[in-house]
Amino acid sequence: MPGKLKVKIVAGRHLPVMDRASDLTDAFVEVKFGNTTFKTDVYLKSLNPQWNSEWFKFEVDDEDLQDEPLQITVLDHDTYSANDAIGKVYIDIDPLLYSEAATVISGWFPIYDTIHGIRGEINVVVKVDLFNDLNRFRQSSCGVKFFCTTSIPKCYRAVIIHGFVEELVVNEDPEYQWIDRIRTPRASNEARQRLISLMSGELQRKIGLKVLEMRGNAVVGYLQCFDLEGESGLVVRAIGTACTLDKLSSPAAFLPACNSPSKEMKESPLVHPPSHGCRSTHNSPIHTATGSRLTQNFSVSVPTLIYTGTRLLRLQSWGDAGHGQSGCRGRQAGMGSGSAGKEGGPFKALLRQQTQSALEQRGGSPHRFCRRREFPFFTLTAFPPGFLVHVGGVVSARSVKLLDRIHNPAFVGIMGNTRSYKLLDWNSFNSDEPETRDAWWAEIRQEIKSHAKALGCHAVVGYSESTSICEEVCILSASGTAAVLNPRFLQDGTVEGCLEQRLEENLPTRCGFCHIPYDELNMPFPAHLTYCYNCRKQKVPDVLFTTIDLPTDATVIGKGCLIQARLCRLKKKAQAEANATAISNLLPFMEYEVHTQLMNKLKLKGMNALFGLRIQITVGENMLMGLASATGVYLAALPTPGGIQIAGKTPNDGSYEQHISHMQKKINDTIAKNKELYEINPPEISEEIIGSPIPEPRQRSRLLRSQSESSDEVTELDLSHGKKDAFVLEIDDTDAMEDVHSLLTDVPPPSGFYSCNTEIMPGINNWTSEIQMFTSVRVIRLSSLNLTNQALNKNFNDLCENLLKSLYFKLRSMIPCCLCHVNFTVSLPEDELIQVTVTAVAITFDKNQALQTTKTPVEKSLQRASTDNEELLQFPLELCSDSLPSHPFPPAKAVTVEKASPVGDGNFRNRSAPPCANSTVGVVKMTPLSFIPGAKITKYLGIINMFFIRETTSLREEGGVSGFLHAFIAEVFAMVRAHVAALGGNAVVSYIMKQCVFMENPNKNQAQCLINVSGDAVVFVRESDLEVVSSQQPTINCQSSCTEGEVTT
Amino acid sequence: MTSELDIFVGNTTLIDEDVYRLWLDGYSVTDAVALRVRSGILEQTGATAAVLQSDTMDHYRTFHMLERLLHAPPKLLHQLIFQIPPSRQALLIERYYAFDEAFVREVLGKKLSKGTKKDLDDISTKTGITLKSCRRQFDNFKRVFKVVEEMRGSLVDNIQQHFLLSDRLARDYAAIVFFANNRFETGKKKLQYLSFGDFAFCAELMIQNWTLGAVGEAPTDPDSQMDDMDMDLDKEFLQDLKELKVLVADKDLLDLHKSLVCTALRGKLGVFSEMEANFKNLSRGLVNVATKLTHNKDVRDLFVDLVEKFVEPCRSDHWPLSDVRFFLNQYSASVHSLDGFRHQALWDRYMGTLRGCLLRLYHD
Repeated sequence: MPGKLKVKIVAGRHLPVMDRASDLTDAFVEVKFGNTTFKTDVYLKSLNPQWNSEWFKFEVDDEDLQDEPLQITVLDHDTYSANDAIGKVYIDIDPLLYSEAATVISGWFPIYDTIHGIRGEINVVVKVDLFNDLNRFRQSSCGVKFFCTTSIPKCYRAVIIHGFVEELVVNEDPEYQWIDRIRTPRASNEARQRLISLMSGELQRKIGLKVLEMRGNAVVGYLQCFDLEGESGLVVRAIGTACTLDKLSSPAAFLPACNSPSKEMKESPLVHPPSHGCRSTHNSPIHTATGSRLTQNFSVSVPTLIYTGTRLLRLQSWGDAGHGQSGCRGRQAGMGSGSAGKEGGPFKALLRQQTQSALEQRGGSPHRFCRRREFPFFTLTAFPPGFLVHVGGVVSARSVKLLDRIHNPAFVGIMGNTRSYKLLDWNSFNSDEPETRDAWWAEIRQEIKSHAKALGCHAVVGYSESTSICEEVCILSASGTAAVLNPRFLQDGTVEGCLEQRLEENLPTRCGFCHIPYDELNMPFPAHLTYCYNCRKQKVPDVLFTTIDLPTDATVIGKGCLIQARLCRLKKKAQAEANATAISNLLPFMEYEVHTQLMNKLKLKGMNALFGLRIQITVGENMLMGLASATGVYLAALPTPGGIQIAGKTPNDGSYEQHISHMQKKINDTIAKNKELYEINPPEISEEIIGSPIPEPRQRSRLLRSQSESSDEVTELDLSHGKKDAFVLEIDDTDAMEDVHSLLTDVPPPSGFYSCNTEIMPGINNWTSEIQMFTSVRVIRLSSLNLTNQALNKNFNDLCENLLKSLYFKLRSMIPCCLCHVNFTVSLPEDELIQVTVTAVAITFDKNQALQTTKTPVEKSLQRASTDNEELLQFPLELCSDSLPSHPFPPAKAVTVEKASPVGDGNFRNRSAPPCANSTVGVVKMTPLSFIPGAKITKYLGIINMFFIRETTSLREEGGVSGFLHAFIAEVFAMVRAHVAALGGNAVVSYIMKQCVFMENPNKNQAQCLINVSGDAVVFVRESDLEVVSSQQPTINCQSSCTEGEVTT
Repeated sequence: MTSELDIFVGNTTLIDEDVYRLWLDGYSVTDAVALRVRSGILEQTGATAAVLQSDTMDHYRTFHMLERLLHAPPKLLHQLIFQIPPSRQALLIERYYAFDEAFVREVLGKKLSKGTKKDLDDISTKTGITLKSCRRQFDNFKRVFKVVEEMRGSLVDNIQQHFLLSDRLARDYAAIVFFANNRFETGKKKLQYLSFGDFAFCAELMIQNWTLGAVGEAPTDPDSQMDDMDMDLDKEFLQDLKELKVLVADKDLLDLHKSLVCTALRGKLGVFSEMEANFKNLSRGLVNVATKLTHNKDVRDLFVDLVEKFVEPCRSDHWPLSDVRFFLNQYSASVHSLDGFRHQALWDRYMGTLRGCLLRLYHD
């Protein structure tokens, strides 16, 4: 599909003064796409120029449309010398390429300069006309939707979840090219920004192609990251979950049902050519083929799994849920079967043939083109009801690699050409670099896969990957949650299937996911199993660790809380292999200690499960840092956690003994206090009927098994701590003493505050609409004198605790409130510096209702019946639950909602900008969550993925490092908001700051910072506005209800 | 362990009103933290001093970044960098432009120049307002003055439009600008008893009646296209005021005026005899003030003269305010019955405003 890109430059405002003499500016604009450039006229002597240009038209093919950003440069005309650049705007036009998203980009964009920051704004209108083109060899993937959200987006229904997609692109980092020595910092920064923009576009396009190959139409849980490898280059990599999505609650929802088959037919040419567009990535052992001279892997599985004997629980299908939501079950079923008659049959047959089980299906695709090994991974963290059958536990793998520069003179030579990165395409360029990185990741994924298998699971959910780089050492990490999934969702989610499943569903399933997925006689690790406290039929572990969000249907007692384990380890400075070896040797110990800490803290809180677990290991010159964050909860299905017992090593010393018992008392008090604080009052259950210890001998056999399965490189860690009812901490040296102390120093949040790192806080359902997203950054300098591990730990612990305290203090006006999706990132920018970046959102809730949150089963099932994802379920949507039954014509209703959205949008803006202020700036909300409390997302406009560099050579003048970074982050927020507003949106959900790399050189008065953010631009409507519309709906037709909406404002 | 960098950035910019006040009042971060500690906030919230320090720094940094925008408030509304709810924007602006009574009394009527700026040190010492705060207030005055100086149309409207101030505050600024432009003396010892409110009241009356903008049929009509400068007194009017001289120069007219007033007020005034005895002095004082207004020097001394020639004599005779009002009403009205006097309109324009001013100025 080639297309025509049209751009109009309307006006500028608040431009900086470029001519000191007149205190004015003679501004003009260059509009560049690919290699074509247009210019506006010069608008003389004004800081608020009105160019009102003609439409600049670019005729381009869609491959370029996907890869290239639109580049707008504002300059000051100078007759005698070179024109001065004022700043630039990069606009990603991807959202214009799929039909359901934005149709026009129009609005005020901040003009950004990497040296001066934001310098005024420019008003731009961008449109794209796409021509249909059935070119079967096309390289573009226009039309595939991308979502950062790690659950099925609110206004969609998943037909099929195809599985894992990944891709990476590599290039030389412009910052490290020879030319960088002679060009200005500005030119260098811009080259970098532009390159990364191009690379992300290309990456996204390639992922899109893979999705089309899988016959999907969307990528959910899309996570794109940059690895700044320094000398050795720049890697942009992405992972995601390919899905086929249906739009809900609009007439269009019926089309996709017929769509996927038809798409399949259309796409089929793509599928069959055996080698087209594919590359083989299974390559020889890294040692030989790549620059890596050393690799060492190890991995860990945490004890938590299980298995449910025979019964495969079929929850209500999410397809069904979707119907509940849109209120058009009858219609849709009819349509569904219609389409199945025509195309669905063969389609399904094909799919079935493809797969025996979900797992094999992935592994042995009948299409013979050389796809690499398939990984049954899902980047989702929340799932449609029924998708998740059992959860095994956390699986993770890390690997230490040495980065090596590719010495390729030709490669360096061509970099002057802005398009040269294209030459790195594997098809045309003979670099083995991407293969290397691919192989690294493939290796890690393979390991994750085998861990999952060991846990009796065929899939990994809540999967994510990350790196930590210091000089030439890189730690690659991957983690996820081993799980057993309902295979139905992986193949055909057709309507008939849903109905069948529905009939079969007859059990309470709230505890299903806790049941162990593996054979209890052949456990992968020693664990203490008991019968489920809920159903009493299946076995459950005593503790469950996962990387996913708490399933909606899980029964939780009390509230949850944020639990963090923090750890530092000093390491000798070393080079290359020695360094990598040192790190590799330290890693297992760190991993072990982090888990021990987590386990201790969990028990101290009186809880028995962790969700959203994320363990970050950061490597620095002379130390390693580990930071694990998770949300602890008390799952009703799991046994009550035992206490913590302290044992001294020198029992004959009286005073020591006394000290120990004093500590013991303190610990017991803390547990009791926490139970009260988090309202954990599980019903009493007599132990006898449950206990069922696993016989010793069996463990041996499982050890053997595991041995034979894991590769030689892999060291399995047993983190299960045996099977002790009460946890025993032995205090045998000062270290252990420190540990116990640190356990007790964690201060609970002040009253009225809760915090968690998952999407929603378990135990709080009644969110009110006030939200405040924020980013906080702290850097501390360690005194370099005789640093010890203890001192380091204390410093790090204090840093994190103080940061949290500051957040609680700052947000005190929002009480009662909860910090959700608290995301800590640690980096070690220099020898003695530790940087912690936190992004989270504070959401207020209604304290009064909070007391009655225990939902009745009826409410529960009602909630499950509506298909919106779990978060929204927390706010019973009038739309789906109330108005539907009374309304016989669902499609009409759907139309109403669609139509209402712009109106609601308007309402929202009006409300937030009372007439007194004639502000033209609409409010744009940002949140790391996938939903907006008290509102319904009506439209996804596309992903926002932005990368900025800011540099200064006058650090002191800009308020020092704090002033510099504060201003920069504020500017990044502003640019994100401006792009969303230009797309017609009023919020960004699933917002994430993926990178915040800060470097300073105070002696030279310089600093530089790179920030990468992403999220989904959406349109949301307040539920209160929706009510107006839907309550009027039965009596008034669409149009009048729209106008009514306007009147009511 | 030292914090190298410590920031908090919200999607919606957090504004702490208390810290904003401390910042506006010109306290350093250290002083502000000390004051906050004293307010008992640590006990209320369970925070530590370090947290308070970090929080205060953060807010100060935000305010510092906002300050540039506050210099041109419409920019604050249209900028994209800080997302601030409109009500908060209004609060930021209003507070930023608010000023201290003590400070404004010191500079009211002074030229807003570098010279005056140098005196801010003394003002700061004298008033106890921090130098930083004095500078902000002074710069605000000067900035508003510069922007509206050359503008046509209503002074208050212009100020409101360019600085988005509340009506009340815009009026105050109009008074400040008007005083600065005409350089009225307000610092003399005998004027110390007057508040800024007193002067602002007078300024408003004078702007409404004595400026170029006040001429024309509908002086309040914003559409009026005429060259209506609100800042300068109507020169022609001041020139014409010389004509009033006859009221005191012509002995018959003066006597007639006196008898008209006395007849009307007999029995109604507690201080009748004093009034009767003083009538000619008072009348001369009031008329002479009018006739001298052609000289810049005398314009500047307007308030000094009014206090000397009218307020003080009455006060020494212990006139109650109600008697002053009776007197002034009758004094102005009686002129209409003076057959030989032809400048009734001029007299009303002068005396209407002056009466208002005098009543406001007449207190202890």
